[in-house]
Amino acid sequence: MMTGSQIMVETLIEQGVTDVFGYPGGQVLYIYDALYQAGDRINHVLAAHEQGAAHAADGYARVTGKVGVVIATSGPGATNLVTGIATAMLDSVPMVAITGNVPTTLIGKDSFQEINITGVTLPITKHNYFVSDVRELADTIREAFRIAKSGRPGPVLIDIPKDVQVGECEFTLGDVVEDFPQERVEDADIAKAVELINAAKRPYIYIGGGAAGRGMTEAIKAMAEKIDGYIGCTFMGLSALPNSYERFLGMQGMHGQYASSMANKEADLIIGVGVRFSDRATGNVAKYASKAKIIQLDADSSEIGKNVRVDVGLVGDIVDAFARLLEGCEAQSHPEWRATVEAFKTEGRMIRDEAERRAGDRLTPQKIFSVINEIKDQNTVIATDVGQHQMWTAQFADFERARRFASSGGLGTMGYGLGAAIGAQIGSGDRTVLITGDGSFGMNLNELATAVSYNVPVVIVIMNNGVLGMVRQWQTLFYGKRYSASVLGRKTDFVKLAEAFGARGARAASIEEFRAVFEEAMAQDGPYVIDVAVDEDEFVLPMLPPGGSIDDIITTREEEEK
Amino acid sequence: MRSVIAIYVENKYGVLTRVAGLFMRRGFNIDTLTVGETEDPNYSRITITMNGDSHARDQVMGQLKKLFNVKQVKLLADGSSVERELMLVKVRNSPETRSEIMAAAEIYRAKIIDYTTDSMCVEVTGESTKLNAFIEVMKPLGIMEMCRTGVVALDRGSATIME
Repeated sequence: MMTGSQIMVETLIEQGVTDVFGYPGGQVLYIYDALYQAGDRINHVLAAHEQGAAHAADGYARVTGKVGVVIATSGPGATNLVTGIATAMLDSVPMVAITGNVPTTLIGKDSFQEINITGVTLPITKHNYFVSDVRELADTIREAFRIAKSGRPGPVLIDIPKDVQVGECEFTLGDVVEDFPQERVEDADIAKAVELINAAKRPYIYIGGGAAGRGMTEAIKAMAEKIDGYIGCTFMGLSALPNSYERFLGMQGMHGQYASSMANKEADLIIGVGVRFSDRATGNVAKYASKAKIIQLDADSSEIGKNVRVDVGLVGDIVDAFARLLEGCEAQSHPEWRATVEAFKTEGRMIRDEAERRAGDRLTPQKIFSVINEIKDQNTVIATDVGQHQMWTAQFADFERARRFASSGGLGTMGYGLGAAIGAQIGSGDRTVLITGDGSFGMNLNELATAVSYNVPVVIVIMNNGVLGMVRQWQTLFYGKRYSASVLGRKTDFVKLAEAFGARGARAASIEEFRAVFEEAMAQDGPYVIDVAVDEDEFVLPMLPPGGSIDDIITTREEEEK
Repeated sequence: MRSVIAIYVENKYGVLTRVAGLFMRRGFNIDTLTVGETEDPNYSRITITMNGDSHARDQVMGQLKKLFNVKQVKLLADGSSVERELMLVKVRNSPETRSEIMAAAEIYRAKIIDYTTDSMCVEVTGESTKLNAFIEVMKPLGIMEMCRTGVVALDRGSATIME
């Protein structure tokens, strides 16, 4: 016989879990006792706040492809997970969140630290459970793992009341659960898609989060070669393909690469692989890719045609479906398309170079990233928070292999980065660089304590402009420069702050200083905070205004302010 | 466009909330919703009627299929399904209205299931449009309160939701 808590821990181990993130409390004491006793087989990472723990589990999952696990107590512990769970939901990250709750006899009585967390998380989980009988616990956890990682992944929450944690029953070791089988796309649908591919003259392969980290890199490149097309990606598709690959144009959309957005607009065929055509990627859907036929491959049938009209939707196992498209289509040559896109690439480079020329010696994001790219290696993980620095990362950071990027795309969670960077580092074992801003970092900087406790080698680059840069950019462009609540005016000394937490820190005001400090930081054990000054009026460009289309693209700040 | 959607769900904790919540958060309106046990006590059947274009309907059905406790979702087409709704209407009973209420009940094949000197309760069953028509007849006579079950529906012939 085992207790529910022991069964829970044994089932996690059975499912291959080696690391969990969390924070103890009154209604998970039995679970923490069981974790303590199994401490040689499962590693628990204590965060500073449950939100940080949830983001850590998320970052861990993004870089490893495994299910991230987070544990929290009832009530406030559980509600503190909410933003972390929602972040994972919007970005389809596999996660299992385990919460304790008051004993079943006290449920529904507004007991101390009681909250109906299954109700709270209903719209932000793929599924959730309230376990009322210890005999169902092991199978519930197994099913939760299966749901979390199958098809389109996502978070699953399991709420375990205290009496179930101490209840006893037999435990039989099971196997690691396999994914639910995915539908095989019909041959007839593949044939329709192949027909469109063969007829296309300006093909654009569009990669999203559903394709990233699925082992599809080579197939996607092979397709681009075979049909003489180009590849772009969504924000969530970053790091799916090496930036050095010449047919890869990078992210398209609101802050996308000029060439990628232009090629997306001019394409006569878009093959969307694991993309959901979000509003940030399409702008005004009525004007989106008006010249193109669209093929959409997705694991989730409700994504087909949800946001844009789709000519052929392929639902099911997209890895298999894409391989069949590749095999079925004819080899093609489109020299005109190549010339067009190469011209876009040149134009894009010119826009960037021109911006740099105007900036002169100013310490621009582009300069900062050129140093980061030079010093980091292909295994370095990059995590970000949310805002301008995140878009600069999307535009300027070089990725050479899959699953090296952790950032909150769908929910856009400021405060995501530090927890995620810690989780990503622990999951990958590789050095992690967190790109953040002074606004975002201020939201959850308490996790610096976690990074110090576990001596996590994470280099934290705070692009410090003293303002909420993305808010300011919008206020500049669309709100008559009325900078409402976006000027921080804080006196935080991030170097001293780092030292107070027991980390190292340094400041950089020029590119030379930044290079020296970043080099040193990358060679350190443990966390290192770099406070680098960025101009408060630096813009993320190009920009497609919200609800606009590529025809409204803003490429220079000066032009906009005339 | 009105659609009738049948949903076969596991009889588990919170499943009705999951289904109803999905409509709320995706911004779709439910016109009617009924739920009850099926031939298998482990499963319940929910019938939903909604208004919306085919895009909205397909979205709803796709999102419903993703819910883990949902085993089957089926659109019940107009011509190939039968549907019924039940309604109780309490009307003011007076010497002036009594005969008209009873005549209407007769024609609509409704039953008078409660009778006092100042009120009558009428039970009407049929398609929603018939119920609507009956309400129109009763309105000028003085409806005190009323209550409808929402639509239940099945495929015609031997087709089932699980086919």
